Amino acid sequence: MSTKIITPVEEFADLLPKEYQDLVAQGPFFEKKRVEDLGTFKEIIEEHPHCAGCGVSLGIRLAVAALPAPEDTIIIGTPGCSFFGLVQTAVNYSNTAFGNQNAVASGLKRMLQIRFPHQHKDVVVLVGDGGIADIGLDLTLHSWFRREKITTIMVDNEVYGNTGGQESGMTVQGQILNMAPTGKKFPKVPVFEMAKVSGCVYGARVTVASPRKLGRVVSNAILIARELGPTYVQIYAPCPTNLKFPPNQTIKVAKEAEKDYYAFEEFMTDEVAGYLKRQEEKKED
Amino acid sequence: MIREQRVVDPEHLLFESPREQVFITGSEAVAEAIKRANVDMAIAYPITPQSESMHLVGDLFANGYLKDYYRAENEFAVMAAIHGAALGGGRVFTATSGPGTLRAMEMFPVWAGSRQPIVCAFMCRGVALPPSIQPENIEMAMLLDTGMMMFHAENAQDFFDMILKAYVITENTDVHLPVGVFADGFFVTHTRDRVMLPPEDIKLPAYDSGRAPVPAFDMETPPIRIVRDPLLNKSNFISFAANASWHQEILAAAERAKKYIHRYLGGLLETENPGAKILLAASGTAVSQCREALKVLQAQGIDAGLIKIKSIRPFPANEIVAATAQADLIVVPEFNAGGWLAREIKAALNNNERVVGGPRVFGGMTMPTELIVNEVQNALSTRPALNRKQ
Repeated sequence: MSTKIITPVEEFADLLPKEYQDLVAQGPFFEKKRVEDLGTFKEIIEEHPHCAGCGVSLGIRLAVAALPAPEDTIIIGTPGCSFFGLVQTAVNYSNTAFGNQNAVASGLKRMLQIRFPHQHKDVVVLVGDGGIADIGLDLTLHSWFRREKITTIMVDNEVYGNTGGQESGMTVQGQILNMAPTGKKFPKVPVFEMAKVSGCVYGARVTVASPRKLGRVVSNAILIARELGPTYVQIYAPCPTNLKFPPNQTIKVAKEAEKDYYAFEEFMTDEVAGYLKRQEEKKED
Repeated sequence: MIREQRVVDPEHLLFESPREQVFITGSEAVAEAIKRANVDMAIAYPITPQSESMHLVGDLFANGYLKDYYRAENEFAVMAAIHGAALGGGRVFTATSGPGTLRAMEMFPVWAGSRQPIVCAFMCRGVALPPSIQPENIEMAMLLDTGMMMFHAENAQDFFDMILKAYVITENTDVHLPVGVFADGFFVTHTRDRVMLPPEDIKLPAYDSGRAPVPAFDMETPPIRIVRDPLLNKSNFISFAANASWHQEILAAAERAKKYIHRYLGGLLETENPGAKILLAASGTAVSQCREALKVLQAQGIDAGLIKIKSIRPFPANEIVAATAQADLIVVPEFNAGGWLAREIKAALNNNERVVGGPRVFGGMTMPTELIVNEVQNALSTRPALNRKQ
């Protein structure tokens, strides 16, 4: 979009809420901001009702701070905890039926390519683990098989949070939760591995305990999806409310997981490696 | 390569341009409508008896009439992707049948709730169990309260006209609701019929998302932050009131569509011999069977008339009250076991003991004229008062 779209006419400028005026004057639209710049600009995410210490809200905050072009980004979600923060973002956000996000994103991306053939419109799926690994797994995989040029981001809190703490496909084996009264009987659904063999040209697995790394991979994933094909980022975003740890321990829990089963991993095709190398060279020039 | 077609005013395409008669199937009539509808994108998934029409729409894409088309993974995914494409601000089309309709069910109220002028054709068929691919329109009963507008085609000509006109009706700023255009599978889709078509080198003007009552999802149309609060999850009066008023607005949009339905479809219903004391009331192919039954009844000296209901949603309740004001008997033949049309008509009328719900055929049965005639004769024989009036 052009700056005109968000800039109010003079007569109305002081009638708009302060947060909107800040967004126009000091927001990330049209001026690339990064996770490292947090605290120096008006973020596109507004106040939200997530629980204290929520890993998902942190994952969302970091991911949207890393959007390479928020002024031309549309986020597609699905009902769940991620909804709370995402409806408070200053971008077009759609959240409709359960688990349909990658199909909605497919149709949307294609229509935007028809309507804006000479402009990048980044369509980003940003949802929880249940939305991708369970109820929306088939639609997610098929969007990858079809090589849709969208980025899929999972904020993995390993539980259905919004419905009251039930086991999800991404819950670790043995964990006791609602609907898993004797502990989960099977391991985490290997979505990251599936992404590798299902058409994603780039994937990364990170945690909210590594914000810079998270910002870098989200930004790369979106830039790569514009040019080369589907990309996937899986963010570990632990849930203090349902996993029963103190809310000030979220980063610690994520750090521990990084040393164990949630170690950083990245995969990419040769084409993507070449693309990233060229991008680096451009920056150095 | 995009085929050279001239954009014309909808009035010209629908009413003024000369039409030529062709002898085609209902599935081909669907493709002929889409060829002239200036559709940006269609998404398909196979199911009998819908598939052929979406093959033909695929051929239109291959020949440059559409800008994008693909086969998706299931009907829920189709309807979700069509929703996404419509959010993006373009004109879309898809179609399904029976079990596909049920599989996609979660998306239809979403389309209505997000005020999307999506046009979807439904080639009605039986739903399991026991499995049946045969004609039957019970799926329409399940869609009555999704917020979608619903038109029911009697034949291939209706199917062609209703699909094309659906876009023109719903894309008005004060409407913007999804439209289901229904035809009874096989009877309409797989039989050839005479259809009058306008020239193929003209098409509707492109969809203009700037005229929509809700902004397109393209980060070009203010307001950019479309959802301010998670209304859904808030338990307070403002949340309830916002949700309820939105529902009312969807119902009101369907009411506002009536003036356009009158203009383009020639009314929500049509009548034949409307002053008769005995009326047959039907929608879809049951109307054609009623026309034949009327001839038999009239040959027997029974004065009977016909109400053809074209718009199921919005439902022409007032028009039915008016059309049946003089009637003593209203027989409602249907291609389903549930009898949803008879229920709708009964709910609209006072003195609804006048309504006889039947005959009903389903599971792929045809509806011989005799069944309708017998239903009328049975009603007359068991209702002496009616007989006297005859």
